[in-house]
Amino acid sequence: MNPTSFHVLWLLCAPPALGLLTLVRPPRHGALVLLAGLPLPLVALWLLLGLDTGPLAGQLALGPLLLHWRLDGLAALLWLLTMVLLLASALYAAGYARAAPLDARAYAWLWPLLGGLATGLGLIWIAADLLLLYAGLELMGLCAVGMLLLPGSVAALTAGLRYLLFALVGSLTWLLGIALLLGAWGRLDLAGLAAVAQPDPVTAIAVALLASGLLLKASIFPLHGWLVPVHGSAWTPVSAIHGALVVKASFFILLLLWRLLLPDAIAGALALGALGSLAVLWGGVQAWRAAGLKELVAWSTVGQLGYLMLAFPLLAGTGAAVAALAWQATWLQLAGHALAKSAMFMAAGNLLLATGATRLEGLTGTSRRLPLSLLTFGLAAVTLMGLPPSAGFTAKWLWLQASLAAGQWAWVAVLGLGTLLSAAYVFRVLRCSFVEDAPEPVLRGLPLGMELVALALALAAIGLGLAAAWPLALLPPVSVP
Amino acid sequence: MSALLPLATLASSLITAAVIFMLPEQAVRTRTALNLGAALVKLVLVLWMARGLVAGETYAVEFPVVPGLGFVLHVDELGLTFAALSSILWLFTTMYAIGYLEGSPNRRRFFGFFSLCVASTIGISLAGNLFTLLIFYEVLTLSTYPLVAHRGTPQALAAATVYLRYTLTAGLVLMVGMVALHVVAGDLRFGQQETLARLADGQEALLIGLFWVLLLGFGVKAALVPLHGWLPRAMVAPAPVSALLHAVAVVKAGAFGIVRLVYDIYGIGFSAALGVLDGLVVIASVTIVYGSVRALAQQELKPRLAFSTVSQVSYIVLGIGLFGPLGTIAALAHLLHQGLMKVTLFFCAGNYAEELGIHRIDELDGVGRRMPLSSLAFTIGALGMIGMPPVAGFITKWTLGLGAVQADMPWVIAVLIASTLLNAAYFLPILNRLWFRRGPAQGIGTWPDERPPSRFETSAWLLVPALATALLSLLAGMLAGLPFSPLQWATRVVQQTYQVIPL
Repeated sequence: MNPTSFHVLWLLCAPPALGLLTLVRPPRHGALVLLAGLPLPLVALWLLLGLDTGPLAGQLALGPLLLHWRLDGLAALLWLLTMVLLLASALYAAGYARAAPLDARAYAWLWPLLGGLATGLGLIWIAADLLLLYAGLELMGLCAVGMLLLPGSVAALTAGLRYLLFALVGSLTWLLGIALLLGAWGRLDLAGLAAVAQPDPVTAIAVALLASGLLLKASIFPLHGWLVPVHGSAWTPVSAIHGALVVKASFFILLLLWRLLLPDAIAGALALGALGSLAVLWGGVQAWRAAGLKELVAWSTVGQLGYLMLAFPLLAGTGAAVAALAWQATWLQLAGHALAKSAMFMAAGNLLLATGATRLEGLTGTSRRLPLSLLTFGLAAVTLMGLPPSAGFTAKWLWLQASLAAGQWAWVAVLGLGTLLSAAYVFRVLRCSFVEDAPEPVLRGLPLGMELVALALALAAIGLGLAAAWPLALLPPVSVP
Repeated sequence: MSALLPLATLASSLITAAVIFMLPEQAVRTRTALNLGAALVKLVLVLWMARGLVAGETYAVEFPVVPGLGFVLHVDELGLTFAALSSILWLFTTMYAIGYLEGSPNRRRFFGFFSLCVASTIGISLAGNLFTLLIFYEVLTLSTYPLVAHRGTPQALAAATVYLRYTLTAGLVLMVGMVALHVVAGDLRFGQQETLARLADGQEALLIGLFWVLLLGFGVKAALVPLHGWLPRAMVAPAPVSALLHAVAVVKAGAFGIVRLVYDIYGIGFSAALGVLDGLVVIASVTIVYGSVRALAQQELKPRLAFSTVSQVSYIVLGIGLFGPLGTIAALAHLLHQGLMKVTLFFCAGNYAEELGIHRIDELDGVGRRMPLSSLAFTIGALGMIGMPPVAGFITKWTLGLGAVQADMPWVIAVLIASTLLNAAYFLPILNRLWFRRGPAQGIGTWPDERPPSRFETSAWLLVPALATALLSLLAGMLAGLPFSPLQWATRVVQQTYQVIPL
């Protein structure tokens, strides 16, 4: 049996259906729903493996509107990653609700929102149409805001509403961009647009509008201001999925559109690369200075997203060999960081929940008393620092190779400084944990499952570094203009 | 061709590490049995591979990580030299650590990372290309951090931070150099040094530059002056860690990396043609003399031994730089010799600290009477470091001297003589105090912190490894003519791998 569009639709609809089921009868159905959700990553994997005959594509007629979608290797890989991470977050959330005092009503709402997020992300991965992309982006954004508001505390509401405001501004600029493109070229499907659109000023302005909206949603420096407060007050499973996937989806769209509409805009690509470099440095410095553990992890996301922005200058106007390297590096970095960051949020959440601390100083002696959480944190950090063996390391190797082969030396310095900065903030945490002569706080016991989910994700990020050949072989080759 | 043995060798300590992390802290007996069992298994596997290699077998594992870049384990004579060293010394260091840390907290963490550390040295020795070498080289950095920081005191944490600053920066430099080399020449396998020589036309300047970049990366772990600053500070770590760091793991990994760089990446002939070897000899000579001078100034035992390591490891680099088969033999033999002798010295220093609370050299008066066996082992190690026959160190210095003559660099002999005099100047006073000064054992004063007397002069766990490694360093010198001695093995490596017939 080969995958068909019916299976794609099923994979889009199953998560929200399961989520709604849990909402109706919480929390008794939680375990059943989790069990029912276990095959979802397998379905995504099956879709991925079924693509060996070529990508799957189709159209969806909604009245006069014709929506295009397309499932290629990249989309399927990202979908698989999404499903794995969502399932991991859901499993973690089940333990989290037992260990932390959560409002039952709010907790019940987590599940449909997770389901909606899955659909939104799925739409983004497969969309071949600006309208469908917009729908996915909005669904994802609203679900993300909803999940971040769930704690109900003042801090969470303030940060969440600010996030909503930013997201709305981002959506507005996005809509303006779409309107410009529609007015100029008369169509919204990506393949058609790529065929007819000329890189003239209208296209450039439209892409600039789209890009600024997306940069805001992806929290790329200097538009990252909303990210850290949001994570400071969010529930751990929500932070894990948000830091891992939600911000990356906007990056994905930006790269997709840029490659289609402005493949030769080298100056703009360089500017985006420069923004990324500043993000790496600023995020690193802020993470190093952060007082709280969650803030540190959130700032590290700001920095790590910067690496992804190097894709723009290395893909635009460089040779085929360099572009292929940068293409592989981008997706490996994205997947590695997604796995590692959710593992790190979960490990950090475990440490904070068990010790009751929020600041780094509260972690003294944890290497002895919470070894598993700390080990997970350390393993996740290996990927973030780009040390071997890990996806981050292999990606960094590819980034360096691409930069050196392209002769763009500046990125080598950025990658180097980023590595050292991330080592500096990671070892600040580890160093605290090794302190022996400190008062020992009373520890709260955690369900073992919470630790194991985080550990599994961290190990996956490590393993991906050595097994990168498999996903990279499924990746569609980069098209060089 | 067999893929199983190298993987099993690597797995023997990786799995041990994983299992130890899973065992509860209190499972002391299980952990001890597991540690010793795994160390023995690994030793057997390595010896088995050595036997197979002599019989003409090949052992290799390979799979692609990204297109054009592979994870490669390939067993050759040179790698096996280092693997044999680390597995022999792992056995003794583990025994020692079990005794040394008896009753102290955090032993699970300690032994877990200890095993991980040894797994990474095995990975470094079996790596078949630069990428694989870098993987394990960095894992080594990460797995030694918790060992250096083990005590959790402010000094230990500060030393561990300094250690990281040096090694992570060096790792980064190394990575950039390796990627650049990869861009120039592709995925270089060890043993294909002709590739670079063929590329050389018009790219000499670039290749020379990359050589120094890579040397900078390896030089930090090898503690070449002026990149040695982390090593003396890391002395706050527990004695078995110091032993491991100095004899097997970290400094040796750096030295081994330099060996690979010169012999397997650039090729010795090409390195000489590029003119980089002279620079290497100068750096090594400076390090040898500087380390010895600084050692002389130390008033505490472990720092003195640390600076002595700085000096002694550079004999390996010196041997590499002396373009010629004898220099190479000396370098490889010293890789093993220095490991055996230095580990002995650190074991003994640890014994003095544990049993009598001695840290300073002037507290050692008359220890020879209280702890005769440890002091005997220390004496053997120290005499070996000075280069006194029949201990192993003599063989190194003799061969190095011959190599210097062969390479037509007589001034190196002056460096050797100066270093030997300095070695004598900082080790002989210690021996004098141990054996000929009168101290608390004769009723003059008291030991700083004496443990209640036990059946032997100290715990058997601490005593046996020290005696065993002392015996091995003696035998490595006395039986240097026998087939599997370090000297003969090194000669074999040179003959087999580099097709040079010594003298």
